[in-house]
Amino acid sequence: MAAVRTSSEITFNRVAIVAVLLVTIIFLAPIYWIASTAFKPRNLATTIPPTVVFQPEISPFVKLFTKRSQLRSPPSPEEYAAAPWWERVVFDGGEKIVRDGKGQVQWSGYPSRFLNSLIIAITSTVLAVGMGTFTAYGFSRFKVKGEADLLFFILSTRMLPPVVVAIPMFLMYRAVGLNDTHIGLIILYTAFNLSFSVWLMKGFMDEIPKEYEEAALVDGYTRMEAFFKIVLPEAATGIAATAVFCFITAWNEYAFALIMTNRRAQTAPPFIPSQVGSGLPDWTVIAAGTFLFLLPVAIFTFLLRNHLLRGMSFGAIRK
Amino acid sequence: MATTMITTLDRSSRAAARGLSDISIRNLFIIPTVLFLIVFNIFPLIYSLGYSFTDFRASTNAPANFVGLQNYRDLLNDPYVWSNFAITAKYVIVSVVGQLLVGFGVAMLLNRDIPLKGLITTLLLLPMMLSMAVVGLFWKLLYDPSWGVINYALGLGNFEWLADPKMALYAVALTDIWMWSPFVMLLSLAGLSAVPKHLYEAAAIDRAGPFYTFFRITLPLVAPILMIAVIFRTMEAFKTFDLAYILTSQPTAELISIRLYKMAFQEWQTGRSCAMAYIVLIMVLAITNIYVKYLNKVKER
Repeated sequence: MAAVRTSSEITFNRVAIVAVLLVTIIFLAPIYWIASTAFKPRNLATTIPPTVVFQPEISPFVKLFTKRSQLRSPPSPEEYAAAPWWERVVFDGGEKIVRDGKGQVQWSGYPSRFLNSLIIAITSTVLAVGMGTFTAYGFSRFKVKGEADLLFFILSTRMLPPVVVAIPMFLMYRAVGLNDTHIGLIILYTAFNLSFSVWLMKGFMDEIPKEYEEAALVDGYTRMEAFFKIVLPEAATGIAATAVFCFITAWNEYAFALIMTNRRAQTAPPFIPSQVGSGLPDWTVIAAGTFLFLLPVAIFTFLLRNHLLRGMSFGAIRK
Repeated sequence: MATTMITTLDRSSRAAARGLSDISIRNLFIIPTVLFLIVFNIFPLIYSLGYSFTDFRASTNAPANFVGLQNYRDLLNDPYVWSNFAITAKYVIVSVVGQLLVGFGVAMLLNRDIPLKGLITTLLLLPMMLSMAVVGLFWKLLYDPSWGVINYALGLGNFEWLADPKMALYAVALTDIWMWSPFVMLLSLAGLSAVPKHLYEAAAIDRAGPFYTFFRITLPLVAPILMIAVIFRTMEAFKTFDLAYILTSQPTAELISIRLYKMAFQEWQTGRSCAMAYIVLIMVLAITNIYVKYLNKVKER
């Protein structure tokens, strides 16, 4: 920045700020559109001109979680009055909630897929970050023969297109009965994230001064004690950041889940697109499912904002 | 990568006598991970290398017959497969160049005192953190010729984005540019903020024009970090599966990953798809090797 600002520079600065705002709006528009469609009544989801101002509704979320069928005739006034608010919302949309013989509401496929996503993403994150932290410490503090080659090997496993890895994994899982199981996907995601976690954690470990442990060793700590009592607390921020990255990767993963699961252990990413079958999909329900699914990641992005650069570049660039 | 060495324990010390030796701790910490990766990453690849020389089909119970290099020969002589590679190359170029232009452009705009800069940067980064498959699906609605918001906003009438064979690949690339430009922007911002301010001051004193300043100061100093972005995005774009698979079924947008998926899990040509996977694998390893070498070079700086 020049010491003296000319008037043309100030004008340019103003133009740039306006441009930045415009770009931000354009980039966020698709996300806004998902969020707003999730609260629209069905008939307003696909209109020309697009509906921007509307009375937000909760009905897409009710529909997201329940099984429904078309109403052949409108419900009787008594039936309508007796129904709880969330059922009335569905009646208003010309559908009814499917109940079993005992009158129990039937759930849609979404909640179980969401739960599968949670179980698989959390478990594989814990495993990948746990193992990765130990390994990163090993690489950071001790001399390892062929270290550069080993680290390259660890990284390269992650660089392969998922379908390349998925073909043999599918055959092996089929042979041992791990297809469409939670454990199968957890193992895959752990392996997938482990390399990332080793690389990222090694960077964080390198930053912890080794003098800390040396002081502890002199004080009579064993190496193990020094690791758990000195190094781990120092690495807490790095571990948290790595964990969030691993979680997001596992949470968002599509190709492996598509190939390895079909019902029992299916996660949300292959499930949500499968709802857009033939005919006219109800985009409000898809938007509601998408909205709930994106929400945790959006929150994590804000928490992670100071570590994003480092994580996305595999620790190559540190701020 | 310099290994930080730590002073080894005096063998006679109390702590050394109580705890595990450094060597065994090192092994304890590293070997399980390496073993795990060998079992779940390397072993499957060896397994599929074997199948790549057979006519095995996972959909039947027929035993696999050894066919030698037949699969590789067929694949490399198949114009269909070559067209998949050509489509992938086109996709990689369009989407990476697009991301580079948009990402670097936005970073140049952002590289000044702007109110709420931190918040704006974080908001811009949101697209790349989201699930490609799930957000990609929603772009189907945005691209819809009759009620898509994009056609309405740009006044394009009933323009076909995804159903037009010529347009489909570009539509996928456009979504990819939307998702990943922020990544280039993030790296560029880091590069731009590292350019020493006194260089610009010196240039201003010398009355250097904005073009001269940009091409002689800004660009050369940001280039190494931009290179990281390019390599990283090239590899990811080469691997693309989710986005293209979900958005379109046009043969003109059939990337190599999609061809591989269809070959393996729809046509069930397991042996041949293993061979194909190996061709892709060798290409990726070559790029990765260059990438890691470059990464280490940048790190050392």
